[in-house]
Amino acid sequence: MNLGVFESAFQSACSAAPAVPRPFRHAASRADREGAARPVLAVLALLLLALLFAGCLRGRSSGAAGQGDKTDIQNTGSDTMVNLAQAWAEAYGGINPGVSVEVSGGGSGTGIASLINGTADIANCSRQMTAAEKAQAKANTGKDPVEHLVGYDALAVFVHPDNPLREISLEQLAEIYGEKGGVTHWSDLGVVMPDPKRDEIIVVSRQSNSGTYEYFREAVLGKKRDFRLGTIDMHGSKDVVELVARTPGAIGYSGMGYATSRVCMLHIAQKNGGTAYAPTVQNTQKGSYPIARPLFMYTLGEPQGAILAYLQWIHSPEGQSLVVQTGYVSLAAASGAAAPGIAAPGAASATAAPGAATAPGAEAPGAEAAATASRAATAPAAAAEAHQP
Amino acid sequence: MKPARRPLEPVKEWLIERFIWLCGVSAVLFVFGIFLFVFREGSSFLWHGFKAGEFFTSIEWYPTSRIHVRYGALALITGTFSVSLLAMIIAVPFGMGTAIFISEFCPPRLKEILKITIELLAAIPSVVWGFIGLTLMNSLLLRLFDAPLGLNMLNGAIILALMSVPIIVSIGEDALKAVPDSYREAALALGCTRWQMVLRVLLPAARNGLLAAVLLGIGRAVGETMAVLMATGHSIRIPHSVLEPVRTLTATIAAELGEAPVHSEHYQVLFIIGILLFTITFAINLGADLIVRGIRRKS
Repeated sequence: MNLGVFESAFQSACSAAPAVPRPFRHAASRADREGAARPVLAVLALLLLALLFAGCLRGRSSGAAGQGDKTDIQNTGSDTMVNLAQAWAEAYGGINPGVSVEVSGGGSGTGIASLINGTADIANCSRQMTAAEKAQAKANTGKDPVEHLVGYDALAVFVHPDNPLREISLEQLAEIYGEKGGVTHWSDLGVVMPDPKRDEIIVVSRQSNSGTYEYFREAVLGKKRDFRLGTIDMHGSKDVVELVARTPGAIGYSGMGYATSRVCMLHIAQKNGGTAYAPTVQNTQKGSYPIARPLFMYTLGEPQGAILAYLQWIHSPEGQSLVVQTGYVSLAAASGAAAPGIAAPGAASATAAPGAATAPGAEAPGAEAAATASRAATAPAAAAEAHQP
Repeated sequence: MKPARRPLEPVKEWLIERFIWLCGVSAVLFVFGIFLFVFREGSSFLWHGFKAGEFFTSIEWYPTSRIHVRYGALALITGTFSVSLLAMIIAVPFGMGTAIFISEFCPPRLKEILKITIELLAAIPSVVWGFIGLTLMNSLLLRLFDAPLGLNMLNGAIILALMSVPIIVSIGEDALKAVPDSYREAALALGCTRWQMVLRVLLPAARNGLLAAVLLGIGRAVGETMAVLMATGHSIRIPHSVLEPVRTLTATIAAELGEAPVHSEHYQVLFIIGILLFTITFAINLGADLIVRGIRRKS
């Protein structure tokens, strides 16, 4: 880091500054001209100061990647997971003050892009990385992205509380959301709105590159159908909930964790006339809730040091309890008592040396096949279906 | 007496002159640089594979479809123009009225207060406007107009109108102020009332300046992004009423560019939208500039 250059440049700029008032001793015309030069010098000094500051910041973050006093973990990606990731980061800060985890959202695609650029240590993803993205990461950084399952998310479909509708089937949802779908009014579903002027369905969706959008399209519309034109495309899960809460004729979807008491979550049936299941933790665990998906964290190469410790802590009962608190479905709960979940041994040996058979460590090259197998076994049926096309 | 010159004085002066020259020229460099960059990013798809017919005539915008990717921007173009037009229908009478009041009828002290307040209106960040649209206007329109959805064209247009009124007022007022006082005196001397003077003498005399004010207001409305992204509902459709949601060109870029893989088709199409926007605002600004030049030549 050539901080010295900036510093000396800054000092010279500073030492130049006291020279400026000198001309005021001279004739007025001269002082005017010099006075005009002052802002220029001030701007230059500011510019140098900014450079110096930028240099400092750069120095700090590059130091953190090695052995600094405080280690930064850059964690970015899925908007669905941002509340959860934030909760983890805050709790972990209390346990291990030497590590600070910086969380930002932006969407699964943003997280993957940052991982590929090397600006993120951990990418949060509400979908699996595609083969093309993995190849791009490998080509760009020379490391293979490694997948860590950290929890499950059930998508909630909700309506305004004034809407008498309480359950819906995937087929009906596909007719509401799908291109050339036949359902445009609540009366088409046999629903009588308390205010007849609100009969038109206001279809609320997400912007076309959100992970939630893609997952909903795949789970509800199938692989061969697009959304209808004319949906209201909101730029975040919170905005969807907010809009539905204010709009009596609306229907929307988002991660279960975002639903508030101001909207009404619908029970969902696989088929018309089938049993509808509430979006609850138990139903997701049992695999009976039809739209649930796994949540992933990706690292470049096998995680090491602080990142490994963080992922191990996330898989521990303490980390997983936060999954439940933020409204998602935890791994431990999802794996149930029958299957030996990957979270349990991870917690037990969280203090073991890196590379031991801990949760993230279990995915070391040798044990990869075994880890994948156990992951598939622990996933609830619906979620496994969703992420293994 | 000439003060004694320090030896480094000419060098310093030369440096400062060069620096200021560079500042002046940089504006031109930046504009051309930006145009070249936008054009370069979109160009390879523009020449190979871009269907202009579909882009300008189809409303089917499916940039991330798995089965059939379509880039029809007609709904987005209609959205931009309909929102801007409605915004101007609201903002022009309002802005013109304010400009006439400030310039002709207002007591001096109130005039200062009004001018400062209007400039403050121009300083509100667009995301704050968007926030007002998303929450306050949303509920208000639901209640007042009984609209099925509060985020719609009218919401976006009112927000845009409020954002372009300061521009229309300040430029419009300048144009009115530029009319020589002798015109006013002559009109009053002939027995006109003040209203007759404003309508028959001042407005025709300041015609060009007022037109420029309106054009710059339109430029602001067409280019605005964040507020319309939040307030218009962001929905791809050709609106049939002002209470329907729409989606604009700028909002589409803002919402999708962040996650479009760099140099993919989708990314390049977004840059082609950028070229289109650049062309529209360039035409509007050029028009405004030519009109203002027209005034200068006359006066």
